[in-house]
Parts: sequence; structure tokens; C-alpha cells
Amino acid sequence: MTASQRRDLRDGILFTLPFVLGALLLWVGPMLYSLVLVVLDWNLITRPDYVGMKNLAKLVDGRDPLFYKSLYNTFYFTFFSVPLQLLAAFGLALLLNQPMKGLGVYRTIFYIPSITPAVAFAVVWIQILNPEWGILNQILGWFGVEPIKWLFDPAFTRPAFVLMSLWLVGPQMIIFLAGLQSVSPELKDAAQIDGANTWQSFLHVTIPAISPIFFFNLVIGVIGSFQVFTNAFIMTRGGPQDSTLFMVLHIYRNAFEWFDMGYAATLAWVLFIIIMLFTVIQFRFARTWVYYESESSN
Amino acid sequence: MRTARFANLPWHIICWVLGISFLLPLVWMFSTALKPPGLVFETPIRWIPENPRWYNYPQVFEKLPLFSRFFVNTFYVTLMGAAGCVLSSLLVGFGLSRINWPGRNAVFGMLIATLMLPGVVTIIPLYIIFRYAQLVGTFYPLWIPAWFGYAFYIFLMRQYMMTLPRELDEAARMDGAANFRILWQIITPLCSPAIATIAIFAFLQHYNDFLGPLLYISANEMFTLQLGLLWFQGRFGNFWHLVMAASVMTIVPVLVLFFAAQKRFVQGIQLTGLAGR
Repeated sequence: MTASQRRDLRDGILFTLPFVLGALLLWVGPMLYSLVLVVLDWNLITRPDYVGMKNLAKLVDGRDPLFYKSLYNTFYFTFFSVPLQLLAAFGLALLLNQPMKGLGVYRTIFYIPSITPAVAFAVVWIQILNPEWGILNQILGWFGVEPIKWLFDPAFTRPAFVLMSLWLVGPQMIIFLAGLQSVSPELKDAAQIDGANTWQSFLHVTIPAISPIFFFNLVIGVIGSFQVFTNAFIMTRGGPQDSTLFMVLHIYRNAFEWFDMGYAATLAWVLFIIIMLFTVIQFRFARTWVYYESESSN
Repeated sequence: MRTARFANLPWHIICWVLGISFLLPLVWMFSTALKPPGLVFETPIRWIPENPRWYNYPQVFEKLPLFSRFFVNTFYVTLMGAAGCVLSSLLVGFGLSRINWPGRNAVFGMLIATLMLPGVVTIIPLYIIFRYAQLVGTFYPLWIPAWFGYAFYIFLMRQYMMTLPRELDEAARMDGAANFRILWQIITPLCSPAIATIAIFAFLQHYNDFLGPLLYISANEMFTLQLGLLWFQGRFGNFWHLVMAASVMTIVPVLVLFFAAQKRFVQGIQLTGLAGR
């Protein structure tokens, strides 16, 4: 090894040290530590007790019905909000991909709700969804819809949360828009020459070309929505009748309100595994519907 | 021209309707913040208050003098966090793009692996670790992680540095410049677009952070704006005009940043697909 190679090795290690240390101290270490917590009964004050698989058993054998409730709520939210968010973001991107005036203004307007701090967002939506004077019911009233109790009716809290999540599609919309703008015009022209109409060229050229972006938004969207927390914490505190008790909220309560660290860590691991499982499944299925230009050319 | 204008009409109508819906929450907030208490829940709603009550804003500070303190706390945490993100991503990004060394691909693989890890599994152990370190109740847990670097920002910086021509460093290397000097004097000035993007997103991330302060901050005078707003709403929840005035004040810094740096926002999202919150 020459002197300059040695120097580069030393510098390479030194420059990347913050990240490597961070990965060990903030990811690997805590994750291992969290595995230890799974077998403990510990309230942070008295000495921790070793309880073996007791935390896991409590979760499986139904002694904590709230776990199943939170699992259901989280899946409900994910299965409705992620596809609807993708559709909304893609629809907005298609609108903004037209050669029209005023695009920049609309793009700004569609994006702004996404940067609103979560607490202010939640606080204003409490009012928008108010059964008596909220604007949403006023607007629905124009179309003859009877006032809905939204956050006070367990049947409507989850739809309300899904609805609110549609206001936050700005970043996904920008990613779609960038993808739409990078679809090569030559491909579309070639399709037109071959006799494809606008709809066919959209279906067979545009959609495959941006399928990797659908995939990216889907993966990121699922990871994010499984960890939904803030709105439920602020707006409904998990209620009414635990209809907005999402998994992260359940974990938060077990850990920081009831100080059952071992059980909370077990719940967190379960959620972690669910999310990783869904991510892996999505990558597996990606081959069947995501189109990569470089692959098809060989 | 006339036919073209008519052809665009459906498009404009759709965008108008959607635009109004997207702005509705914000407009309601700004409008209610200027109403007297009795008129907040008037139906049908009056969007532009007849006599705008600007006094609502100073009244927030009268009701809760600590509110100005929340701004100071938030800006401290936000600046420390953003500075850490920029510095760490410059250092690590340089090590992963412009120095050739045997472990580079392994570290880059580690970076990609942490990009998608859901953070929920580390919340509890990290809390206990910070508790052992006697740092619960201080601002440190809110910004220390930034100084180790977040994978997203490092990835963005590394991608950007990869696009800079190789000859830049080689000429300096011939002259015997050390890596650190090359980074500091040659590469960093060229990375200002990436630095700006990272600074903006890191600012937003720390400014909007809710769970962090919720877990680690308990003394009222140490609240950030997010906790402070929640506290204000809890204590003065009947005064919705004041709650909205307080909400507006927490949003204005973000809006100012957004309009000042809109182009960077769009570029940054396109570069990484990073969500805005």
C-alpha cells in the first residue's frame, strides 16, 4: 500500500466516521437493546424483571384487545389512505403537466398544506370537522348531506383521517410531476405514428415509464402510514371507542403513560416486522408491474 | 386565441376548485385569527372579518407570556439540527464520493439500508439511553442525532458530489492538498445548491418535530412551538380566535422559508423523494 493509499484509507474512515458511529449508536445499538427489552418487565424505576416470552404471549393470546384494535385501525388507515394518496398525487401531477398558464401558482397551492406544522394542521382540522359549525359539514350541506359527526362518531373517525391525509400529498405530487416531465417525447411520438390515440399512448407509454415512481411513492407511503401518530394523539387521543388508536399511539401509551417498557418494545418490534414484511413483499411484486428501461433493453 | 382559452376552461375550473379546497384549512385559520370571540362560529361562515381584530396576536402573548420563549427554544433546536445535518452530510458525502478507499462500498450499503428503516423500533431504547445519559429534559436529544448525519441528507449530498468533475480534486492533490482542505476550499463552495436544499429540509424537520419534544421536554419554559401550541390549545381551547392566532404564528416562519426557497424545495424533493415533514 502506497503512502497516498494509506492516507485515503485513513481519511475515508475519518470522514465517514460520524455516520458509522451514528448507525451503531442510534440504530444497531438501540435495536439490540430493544430486543433485550422484549424479555423484560420494567417500569424504568424499579429493577427490571426477566419474564421470558411473557410480553409476546400477552400480545398473542388476546389479553391486550387494544393491540388487535390498533392493528386493525392501522391497516384500515394504510389500505385506504395510501392508494387514495397515490391517486390524488398522480391526478394533481397530470393536471399540472398540461401546458397551461398559472401552473406555478397551483403547484404552490397544492404543496403548501404539506409543510404546515402538524400541530397547527391538527388544530385547524378539529374545527373544520366540527359537527355543528365546521366548514366541511356546511359544504356537504349544499349537496343535501346531513351533518356528520366526524371525530365524535367511531364510524367516521377513520374516514376523516384518510380524508385529511389527502391534503398532504404535495411531495408525492412533485415526484410524479418530475417523472411525467421526464417521459421521453420521442416515445410518445413513436406511439402516435403507430396509430395510438392519446389514451392508448398514456396507457402504454406514460404509465409504464413512470411505474418506478409509483413504486417509490407506494413503498414510502406504506412505511409512513403504518407509523401514523400525531393527528390521533392531538385530535382524538385515540378515541372515540378506540377507533383512532393506531399502533404507534398504543406503543406510546404503553411506554410513556403506563411505563410498561418491555411490552411497548415488543409492540414496536411487531410493527417494525410488519412494515419490513410489507416492504419486502412490495419489492417482490415490483418485478411483475414496475418497468425499468435498462432491464428491458437486454 | 379564443378557442384555445375555451379549451382550457375545464382545466382551470378543476384547478380552481382543487386549489380552493387545498387552501381552505389555512384560510380558515388566518380568517378566524382576526375575529372577535363571538363571531368565530358564525354560520354561514364569513371569510373576511368585518373589523379585523389584530389585537388577537398580542393577546396570545398576554395570555401566555412564555409563547415568545417557545420561538427562542425552537430556533435554537432548529439551527443546531440544521447545522449538524449540513456539516455531517458534507463530511460523510465527501468520504463516500471523492475518496477512494476499500470500505467505501460497505459504508454506502449501510447508508442505503438505514434509508428505509422505520424509526418506530428505536424510539423506546433511545429514550432509555438518553435517560441513562441524564439528557432527558435537555435540548440535546432533539439535535444531537443530526450531527451524526441522517441517511437521506448524506445520500443527497453524495449524489450531488458525484456529479462534480474529478479533475477538481486531482489538480489540488497534485499540489499536495489534504482531503480536508479539498473538501473545505474546493468542493464545499460548489455544493451550495445541495447545502441549501439540506438546510431547508433539516430546518423543516426540526421545526416541525413533535414526537421528540413530546418525549424529551417536560418543563414549560423549554417547550418548542409545537408543544407550546398544543399546551396553549389545551389551556385556552375555548378561545379559538386566539388558538388560531397562535397557530398562524407557528406557521409563518415555515411559509416565509417556503416562499423564499420554493425552487430548492421542488429540486430537493425531486432529488431524493424526501417528504416535506
